Amino acid sequence: MKITITEDTIRHVAELSRLEFGDDEIGKFTQEMDSIINMANQLQEVDTEGVEETVQVVDRDTVFREDKSEHWQSKEELMKNVPDEANGFIKVPVIIEKDDNE
Amino acid sequence: MNYLNETIDSLNKKLAGGEITADQLAKDTLANIKETDKKLNAWITVDEDAKVAEDLDFNKNKLAGIPIAIKDNIITDGVKTTAASHILDNFIPMYDATVITKLKEAQATLIGKTNMDEFAMGSSTEHSYFGATHNPWNLDKVPGGSSGGSAAAVAGGQVVAALGSDTGGSIRQPAAFNGIFGIKPTYGRVSRWGLIAFGSSLDQIGVMSKRVKDSAEVMNVIAGGDEHDSTVSMREVPDYTKFLGQDVKGLRVAVPKEYMSDAVDEGVRKAVQDQIDVLKENGAIINEVSLPHTNYVVPTYYIIASSEASSNLQRFDGIRYGYRAKNTKNLLDIYVKSRSEGFGTEVKRRIMLGSFALSAGSYDKFFRQAAKVRTLICNDFDKVFAENDVIVGPVTTTPAFGIGTEISDPIKMYNNDILTISANLAGIPAASVPAGLVDGMPVGLQIMAKRFDEGSIFRVADFIERQNKFYEKTPTGMEE
Repeated sequence: MKITITEDTIRHVAELSRLEFGDDEIGKFTQEMDSIINMANQLQEVDTEGVEETVQVVDRDTVFREDKSEHWQSKEELMKNVPDEANGFIKVPVIIEKDDNE
Repeated sequence: MNYLNETIDSLNKKLAGGEITADQLAKDTLANIKETDKKLNAWITVDEDAKVAEDLDFNKNKLAGIPIAIKDNIITDGVKTTAASHILDNFIPMYDATVITKLKEAQATLIGKTNMDEFAMGSSTEHSYFGATHNPWNLDKVPGGSSGGSAAAVAGGQVVAALGSDTGGSIRQPAAFNGIFGIKPTYGRVSRWGLIAFGSSLDQIGVMSKRVKDSAEVMNVIAGGDEHDSTVSMREVPDYTKFLGQDVKGLRVAVPKEYMSDAVDEGVRKAVQDQIDVLKENGAIINEVSLPHTNYVVPTYYIIASSEASSNLQRFDGIRYGYRAKNTKNLLDIYVKSRSEGFGTEVKRRIMLGSFALSAGSYDKFFRQAAKVRTLICNDFDKVFAENDVIVGPVTTTPAFGIGTEISDPIKMYNNDILTISANLAGIPAASVPAGLVDGMPVGLQIMAKRFDEGSIFRVADFIERQNKFYEKTPTGMEE
């Protein structure tokens, strides 16, 4: 059975994904996602009654290790790729929402 | 230095005999890349200051002083690593992936990072922030993907071997399109620590080289346990070169009928059938078998891989590293704008598909159903391997397609992977070895084996290589 994907669905999934699409892109993107999701929907044809899920193909059980700290990089090294910093801290805009007019 | 007629053995002999120094070899390699990459665009970063290891021991280390190429989704200390994405285009890692540490311990020279589809998502290396790579056999064709840069660099004679990664065929399909050998080892054979994650239950680092033996040499170095990656097997790593030079008498070879159907281009089927006939003439037992869920591997894979990707790629938020959008009002705005401006279209599609498949209301119908179908796909393989040593067939349904011909049709692009993604879903090792030319473009023979039986793959691939001697052919796009 065909699933219909609407622009609203795509906007909702974009929000979950922390992505945004302009009004000029959303139409084309919705169409593409509609065909991809309907391709994926073929899976409904397969009888999986009583079949276990496979989510990994590892030949080991969960591996535990001692919870101990390890000295790795210096603070300077860790900060090297930070896009914006001040006084050794990572700088970000205000976290508490402000009104645009404030 | 042009590597088209070189092997790790021939280079090792030259270096050990003092015919060339490792420093000179590195310089000559860089000079040749500079010249030939105008045609190929196989590299994102070429390390002009590439360091040769000290106290080279040519007896102990086959790779000593030999330049190796690294796909740009494998982390390299102090050398820019982008995964071909705008969101990481200024990222300089501060540690090495385990495979890099192992290559350095083996004294290989690391000369740079190769082009790829952004975050390894694609089958053509057209989805790169740094532009498309061209196929050395015909510059108007794609090299395949996502390890297209590594494949073109090897096929074009820029290096003798390269590392790639394979989540759904990203080593084997470009190896097939470029007329070289490429192996995706068993999931858990090679550490993934330092590989930028795409689909964590599917990703595996592997090797690409013109000659089969050279991949065996590199596998000997990179395979094995790693305390940083608990999914890596602690099983002993055999010497893979021991599987070379053997015959195929009595080897049980399965050919899935679904892999030789009309959906596969006639020329590709014929080239593959010729190799199967050679195996048969030399005493292999050929059995036609069925992998009945082959029709469902594409949807299963795209749901699972995209779901894992949507989760793995959450870390790219513009805060601690990578691209950060300008003029943002608040934290949420940084996330949304940095990601929307930093990721390319294909990566966004995969994140969106994954978020959709995992979202409330869709999880059971898509993700859980795909995970169950994955079990059925694994069972298909178990059944075949109960009575066979290897499975062979084509790698791709067609030879390399033209640049720009499929990029606007995602579903057509996804269907390119139909013959390769099962091996990732089942975690088994699989490789592509050149089978011949179809309309002047190379096609590959795929060889799959039981988990941790890379040895049988090397045995068959080496046998095929000795029979068809494809390596004697020169890529037509590199001629003046």
